[in-house]
Amino acid sequence: MSELMAAVRKDLLLQWRTRAQAVAVFVFGASALLLFSFASGPAAELLRSQAGGFLWLGLMLCSTLALADSFQSETEQHALEALLLLPASARALYYGKALANWLQLALLGVALVPMMVVLYDAGTTNVVALVGVILLGSAGLSAPGTLYAGMTAQTRARQTLLPLLLFPLVVPVLVSAVKATSLVLSGDPMGQAGGWASLLLAFDAIYWSLCGLLFPKVVEE
Amino acid sequence: MVDSLPPAVETLGLGRRFGRRWALADVTLRVPRGVRVMVTGRNGSGKSTLLRVLATALRPDRGSARVAGHDVLTQRESVRRESALLGHSSGLYEALSALENLQVAARFLGTDEGPAALRERLGEYGLGARTEDPVSTFSAGMRKRLSLARTMMQPASVVFLDEPYGELDVEGFALVDGLLQRLRAEGRTVLMSTHLLERGRELCDDALALEQGRLVWTGKAADLPMPGAWSERQRGVA
Amino acid sequence: MSLDDRVRPSSGPLPYALGAFGVALLLAGSYWGLFRAPRETFMGDVQRIMYIHVPTAWNAMLALTFAFGCALLSLWRGGWKWDARLEGALEVGVVLSALLCMQGSIWAKPTWGVWWDWDPRLTTTAVLVFAFAGILALRRLVDDPVRRATWSAVATIIAFVDVPIVYFSVKWWNSLHQLQSSPATVSSAFHLPLRVNAFGILFLMCGLIALRSRGAALRLRGELAPPPVSVVSPLGTAAALMALQAPAAEMTGQIRGGWEFVWAAYAVSAAILIGYSVSVHLRYRQERARQVREGTEAGA
Repeated sequence: MSELMAAVRKDLLLQWRTRAQAVAVFVFGASALLLFSFASGPAAELLRSQAGGFLWLGLMLCSTLALADSFQSETEQHALEALLLLPASARALYYGKALANWLQLALLGVALVPMMVVLYDAGTTNVVALVGVILLGSAGLSAPGTLYAGMTAQTRARQTLLPLLLFPLVVPVLVSAVKATSLVLSGDPMGQAGGWASLLLAFDAIYWSLCGLLFPKVVEE
Repeated sequence: MVDSLPPAVETLGLGRRFGRRWALADVTLRVPRGVRVMVTGRNGSGKSTLLRVLATALRPDRGSARVAGHDVLTQRESVRRESALLGHSSGLYEALSALENLQVAARFLGTDEGPAALRERLGEYGLGARTEDPVSTFSAGMRKRLSLARTMMQPASVVFLDEPYGELDVEGFALVDGLLQRLRAEGRTVLMSTHLLERGRELCDDALALEQGRLVWTGKAADLPMPGAWSERQRGVA
Repeated sequence: MSLDDRVRPSSGPLPYALGAFGVALLLAGSYWGLFRAPRETFMGDVQRIMYIHVPTAWNAMLALTFAFGCALLSLWRGGWKWDARLEGALEVGVVLSALLCMQGSIWAKPTWGVWWDWDPRLTTTAVLVFAFAGILALRRLVDDPVRRATWSAVATIIAFVDVPIVYFSVKWWNSLHQLQSSPATVSSAFHLPLRVNAFGILFLMCGLIALRSRGAALRLRGELAPPPVSVVSPLGTAAALMALQAPAAEMTGQIRGGWEFVWAAYAVSAAILIGYSVSVHLRYRQERARQVREGTEAGA
């Protein structure tokens, strides 16, 4: 769909223009990872075993900021409404935004990996698998996150509502992504990571379709 | 002359509420094609709400409305294709430049206007020197000009303008005047809300007045009485 | 949302009748479960908590499933009654789910020695409490009734679809560590208090949802101004709640004694159910009083 391409271009351009905010979000994520190590204590064994968990917790915290930011430019001057009236399909606008957010979250995740390697002494040579998990997991955060960000951007208590609504929903993403990441980091002797990746894939498939279906209801007045 | 096309705007008992308040109540009107209508009334009388409901930015809570023959509730896409709205908010992306904002709109509209054509368009609206600057650096008047440029890109047969003269300077006023003439020449219907009664009387064919969400006066723009007389709820001949 | 102008709150004593009947069944079932049912050989007296825990579980899921149904109807068929029922079902569902977690925790302490054992069903319920409580918070924070209805319906659908996914992921996550998990079959002599309590909570729940929905409908009527013109088509709505059959479930148990935990579970359940029922009733009366004061009753 040409509308989808137009939407993706628009959102990527917006993200590029507001990249300073993205850097700030990354710094927030990196400092979160640092705080986690202070909270756990310097025991290397513990940190290494929890590295996957800390990475995804950090990414989840970042995601609330990044997702909320993604709708700021749409609502401050009612730009989204103006596009809808052109007419532009709300579904295309959703997928454009969700894809752009996916890219941003995936980049954030990948950018946080070096922090994880350094702080928790947890690394792997299987970079492909690690990036794969990050891609699947951030897709799972992006789909419902974009919908809820679009919703909460129109409310008063947007800062609290977005994580409140999103976090319980993405528990399966957190569980699967952490498990898969930990397995990849530890070499995955029994090849179980694939199963968790399938669960992520199923979640992504369900929510990318469901949220696309429901998004028009959320933005129409 | 028999007008076989459906009227530009047709409403029956149109109403829209915000919680406990009916911003529009029982509005019934008919606007033939090609006519320029001034929509006027005090602050908070429902002018913006009326234009937004007709443009399908808001859903009506009561009654029905048809724009260019399409129902605003069940045929929103068609109404949106046939109409264009210049709203109170600029509808612009602050982080993007003037040119980029128009490019985004052009892509969704499916027009093949390239950057050169868009720059020319921006020049017509007095923004030729600022095409690459982000909108966040624009003054309110310049934002209005850009919104106007954007609205005029749409091939709409019915144009809704909400306070087009707001924030503009003297040249801006002349710009809008010229636009209205052009729209007239192209046979497009215009519903324009404004407080500039004198200008409206000159430039528009018909006028309607709203008071607390209700239609209190319709008739020829030249016959529009002073605001004090509206509350007597006179209805003129449409 | 639809153009359905009229909000017609139900009236009459049906919710109270349902609630009273439910309480009667609960008293009978609990008495039987606590004093008359034989002591189970392996599980001991702590197993008596199951007579209140399992019925709560069935009905919590039922309430949330009903909420899901209301959300679908609210979005695709419209009408304020489905939004009012959604609010009732969400609140009752959250209360029952929270109660379920408390009961589960009280049961876990003597059984496993810890206050929380990460049992997949209970963990899923805990996640659900947060998910649906979040939707209740969303409803609080949105003033426009139409938006509130649309958004909370969307959020309910999204959250409900997640339930099996959460369950499956937590189950798998825990299976790597779970040492003890054995579904036990229960002899038929034990089924009676279970069934009686299940229907008891069912009737009480239906009464609570009906009353809470009525309160929500009253509030909606106050929030939405009446139509401005007298020409309006009357829309009759008669609210009738469906009583669904509860699905079957299995029970687990372990060796350990501890009557104090049994009493605690029943006491907490009674306190929460009674407290919540009283709260729904009081809030409903408050809403009615406000409507009478503002004279909207006269115009209905």
